[in-house]
Amino acid sequence: MTLYLLRRLLALMLTLIAASIVVFLVTEIIPGDPASFMMGINADPQAVAALRSELGLDQPLVTRYLAWVIGMVQGDFGLSYTYKVPVSELVGDRILISLPLTLYALLLSTLIAFPAGVVAAARRNTAADFAVIGATQLGVAIPNFWFAMLLVLAFAVNLQWFSAGGFPGWDAGFLEAMKALTLPAIALALPQASILARVMRSSLLDTLDEDFVRTARAKGLTRSQTLWRHALRNALIPVLTIVGLQFSFLLAGGIIIENVFYLPGLGRLVFQAITQRDLIVVRSVIILLVFAVVAVTFLVDIAYAVADPRLRRRAR
Amino acid sequence: MNMSKSLAAVSALAVALGLAVMPAQAARTDISVGMVLEPPNLDPTGGAAAAIDEVVYANIFQGLTRFNSDGEVVPDLARSWDISEDGLTYTFHLQDGVTFHDGSAFDAEDVKFSLDRARGENSTNAQKALFAEIAEVEIVDPQTVKVTLSEPNGSFLFNMAWGDAVIVAPETADNNATNPVGTGPFKFGDWVKGDHVDLTKYADYWGEPAKLDKVTFKFISDPTAAFASVMAGDVDAFPNFPAPENLQQFEADPRFSVIVGSTEGETILAMNNKKPPLDNIKVRQAIGHAIDRQSIIDGAMFGYGTPIGTHFAPHNPAYVDLTEQSAYDPALAQELLKEAGVSELTLSLKLPPPSYARRGGEIIAAQLKEAGINTEITNLEWAQWLQEVFKDKNFDLTVISHTEPLDIGIYARDDYYFQYADPEFKKIMEELNDTTDPDKRTELLQAAQKKIADDAVNVYLFQLAKTGVANAKIEGLWENSPTQANDMTQIYWED
Repeated sequence: MTLYLLRRLLALMLTLIAASIVVFLVTEIIPGDPASFMMGINADPQAVAALRSELGLDQPLVTRYLAWVIGMVQGDFGLSYTYKVPVSELVGDRILISLPLTLYALLLSTLIAFPAGVVAAARRNTAADFAVIGATQLGVAIPNFWFAMLLVLAFAVNLQWFSAGGFPGWDAGFLEAMKALTLPAIALALPQASILARVMRSSLLDTLDEDFVRTARAKGLTRSQTLWRHALRNALIPVLTIVGLQFSFLLAGGIIIENVFYLPGLGRLVFQAITQRDLIVVRSVIILLVFAVVAVTFLVDIAYAVADPRLRRRAR
Repeated sequence: MNMSKSLAAVSALAVALGLAVMPAQAARTDISVGMVLEPPNLDPTGGAAAAIDEVVYANIFQGLTRFNSDGEVVPDLARSWDISEDGLTYTFHLQDGVTFHDGSAFDAEDVKFSLDRARGENSTNAQKALFAEIAEVEIVDPQTVKVTLSEPNGSFLFNMAWGDAVIVAPETADNNATNPVGTGPFKFGDWVKGDHVDLTKYADYWGEPAKLDKVTFKFISDPTAAFASVMAGDVDAFPNFPAPENLQQFEADPRFSVIVGSTEGETILAMNNKKPPLDNIKVRQAIGHAIDRQSIIDGAMFGYGTPIGTHFAPHNPAYVDLTEQSAYDPALAQELLKEAGVSELTLSLKLPPPSYARRGGEIIAAQLKEAGINTEITNLEWAQWLQEVFKDKNFDLTVISHTEPLDIGIYARDDYYFQYADPEFKKIMEELNDTTDPDKRTELLQAAQKKIADDAVNVYLFQLAKTGVANAKIEGLWENSPTQANDMTQIYWED
């Protein structure tokens, strides 16, 4: 297991180094100069040049790359060109929204998907199964931004139970903050729950056809005992994979939902930074996301081993 | 469990999480104002983003002079001034009892520091040209500053009213980007990045105190979200509302008032004057006659906007209506093209993100096609536009709104993106700078307007309208936008 961990760790480092080079070069190639963007179309060329040298944009490419990487190793992600505050502070603020939102959405999605998937599989070809299949089909097909707008119209504009969007900050109190995240989390969770329920259902059905399930039934366990004790745990591997992917996706991929609810999350930060050519923010956030994805994949690998003892033995 | 049941369960849970219904209040003293763009920072002396001034101008920071809601230049931190006979020396008499929000006193030192900083060698002031004629700033006594110009500049007091010319304190200037300290009636409260900025009333303000205790600027860029935020009451006023298509709905609703005014935004179809065949005036005139301004206003702006015939704001007293000179006449356009010996013309049309450009560009392309001119539309994001069009001048046509007040002077700039810089026009501008007499200035401004219309430098489309929505009980919002600002100092709630 130790060797396995070390190998995974090395792969993680190499991925990060490769990603840093790609990210740096790609942001370097895209046309557009941060200083010109900040100064606008009426600006004095001399003032733009002064700003370029203040931002260090007149330094050679390699120097800037090394300065960035060395800074990150020391925990310094640089200073945002436009906001003029440390990137770590910007990201920190946004993570405090994106991470809880992601977990909230993931929780909702699992709470919906697990029972739905299990019921559908256990009562295969009954009305309940068809209902789950139909509902999840719909959930996958409905674009989540459209669903989000419907939620806003119903619960914010008409009923006025919720704000139409925005985030009051955690200082406003836990309940206030969670309330602001509720509609977005529902909008994010719906399509994810649908996918998850379908995977849960088919995975469970596959397992229920396995020999060991028949054996369990033969030794006298009831249908539900077999399901809970033997089948479910074995059906979890593909489900865990999907949950891991969904986490990475939701963390930065909720940008459309963030726009609909004007939530200041990570996705919007990256989007804004790209349009403003705040390259230092773009680079650092993307590297952090790469890190998060790699780390989550790593955790999912460990979770496999916990769920399936055979993998644990093989890994050793 | 099916999906709709679980959704019902979830929303029931959400209800249980606690939902406060806003109690009815009499004469509120707080306001939440919607803005499309979030300012990158809050230092108006170090960046061009309009959103900076939309938060801080007149609220946090003040200059020697300021614009009032009609665009008139009025005293602010300078209570009065004397101008020498030759127009070279301005002696400003400063207001008494002014303090910065950190409690330190404001005096002539701060004025000298601010002006010297803005015109200095390492200045990153986006409008550095405003200070170009200043030769020396002298402190006469703590309440008096003498500014000497190298040459007379009739626009000097106007220049000092810009957001880029506000007075800052030496001790706090470097931190204004994140913690702005000014002399205005509101001081900076809190900034939740990506969501909102809070301002609170400054108790020791030198002038007439603000009527509101707290102002929150909320940043909502998506037009649909902006609509929902106003409908849901999250935002009390949205002075530059991004979804003109929804305005009629607000107009019909007694809870809201719709405020339509004018801005300083001359929206133009800019042409690359040095790139053949656009270097031929006949081709440029042909393009002008091929364009039907009103149908662009109707189609792209839902009817909001005023046609213009030159690069000048129609609400300015010196404006000359020259729209007839380039009136819509496709037949004449084709004839002019024939005279110029141009056929099979295909031009690039590069469009920045705002909807006036994207929607307007599509209509312009269709109109040009009627006159026999083909266009290739490319949609660019802002940074790309600045690079390709503005810096590299790699374009034939583009649509853009020039939003700075009284910016006809850009036509005198060498190497500006539409590449005009006509010597005769430059002469008019030089003369204007040397003139302080109001009547003579008007005459020169009108000559300048006619000159660029005669030369068909660009196609002048329309003056961008300011379309806002607000709770009907809010009083004191600016109707027009003489500068990009949300002046909160006069705003109050009706009982």
